[in-house]
Amino acid sequence: MNIEIKNLSKSYNGTPVLENLSLMLTNAKPVCLMGPSGRGKTTLFSILLGLIKADSGSITGIENKQFSAVFQEDRLCRQLSALMNLAIVQDNPDKAQLAGLLKKMGLTDDEIRRPVSQLSGGQKRRVAILRSLVSDSDIVLMDEPFKGLDDDTRRVVINQVKDLLAGRILMVITHDEQDAELLGGDIVEL
Amino acid sequence: MKPSTIWADKLKKLTGVFFWLAIWQFAAMKIGKEVLLASPVSTIKALISLCGQSVFWSAIIFSLTRIMLGFALALVTGVLLAGLSAVYDAVRYIFAPLFNVIKAVPVASFIILALLWVRGGNLSICISFLMVLPIIYNNMLAGFTRVDKSLLEMAAVFRLSNMKKIKYIYIPQVLPYFTAACTTSLGLCWKSGIAAEVIGMPAGSMGNRLYETKLYMDTPEMFAWTVVIVIISFVVEKGFLWLLDKITARITDGFL
Repeated sequence: MNIEIKNLSKSYNGTPVLENLSLMLTNAKPVCLMGPSGRGKTTLFSILLGLIKADSGSITGIENKQFSAVFQEDRLCRQLSALMNLAIVQDNPDKAQLAGLLKKMGLTDDEIRRPVSQLSGGQKRRVAILRSLVSDSDIVLMDEPFKGLDDDTRRVVINQVKDLLAGRILMVITHDEQDAELLGGDIVEL
Repeated sequence: MKPSTIWADKLKKLTGVFFWLAIWQFAAMKIGKEVLLASPVSTIKALISLCGQSVFWSAIIFSLTRIMLGFALALVTGVLLAGLSAVYDAVRYIFAPLFNVIKAVPVASFIILALLWVRGGNLSICISFLMVLPIIYNNMLAGFTRVDKSLLEMAAVFRLSNMKKIKYIYIPQVLPYFTAACTTSLGLCWKSGIAAEVIGMPAGSMGNRLYETKLYMDTPEMFAWTVVIVIISFVVEKGFLWLLDKITARITDGFL
């Protein structure tokens, strides 16, 4: 499974953010996008998700494909528990299995069933990451997913990401080379 | 809060009530004319006497059902129109001048105007509907337009069904606006409905009975009716909010 991005360009008010970007995403290896702020990483993320349109260029291989994502912000439903935030992205959720995955991410029984508004920033981040992985998708996009996680938690979470990816395409925006190393991904500098 | 603190708080509130009752009694005794100012004692006597009459209860049922029907109609219409206005700008632009006019026109003008079109019995339905509709509409529209767009984007990416979007995104975010709208409009609805009945005088209504007390200069009974109106307004508001709380709790139980 491949996604081919060809000569993609996007400007905001005449200021180019992406200029003729070409990139290949495959399910063989995650792609880790790196680079300073303002280079269009999040813009590319939004274009792929269909949230904004590119000015020119083409993306092939995403027809009839389903996406899931970890946004820069957690974008969790605050009144819902961690468990319910995962359950709503599935058609027939197996709550026991989802609870097991949350526990593997380091959440306790009590934390799993508490409204996510009562969880810490790191815990919310782990729920958001897990949500993207338990969703029935072909392509997983993550925008700075490990931000705010300590080193030990980061390792646990990245191992979970690798376990649950199951042959899907993964593109991760990160500022940390170590994340790319742990994920075993290809680094693409923007 | 400790039980002793709760009791102390209640006692303080009751002291305030008794203070003003005493002032009322004192003023009535000083004036010495029940026609001008009925005392609390004669008001209570009139109230007890009213409670024994079947027409008293039928007047309450008559007014309560009609005013609450007006409220319910405004609730449904307001929510639907606000939902449509949030989605289609054209609907918002069409209804904005109408609701601004309704808000600006005095209730009395509406009542007199409505009397030309509506039968006396249905006047309170019409007036309570008109008074409540802009409040529900504006509050709900504010709620709908302030729904977190980033969550809607998330819902689109994860392909959440419309049902899930309504249940898990819209309802939790719009509910506080709905509660505020109901709290504000319930009291107004009740007062404007009774005012409509006083002017329209539909037979068998509370407003008509209140008007008759003025005709016969029966001030204690007029005070008694006023007390009844205040009590019903209080009970209806508290009862509705209690029901809303229960419904909210049922919905949010499924969130955890």
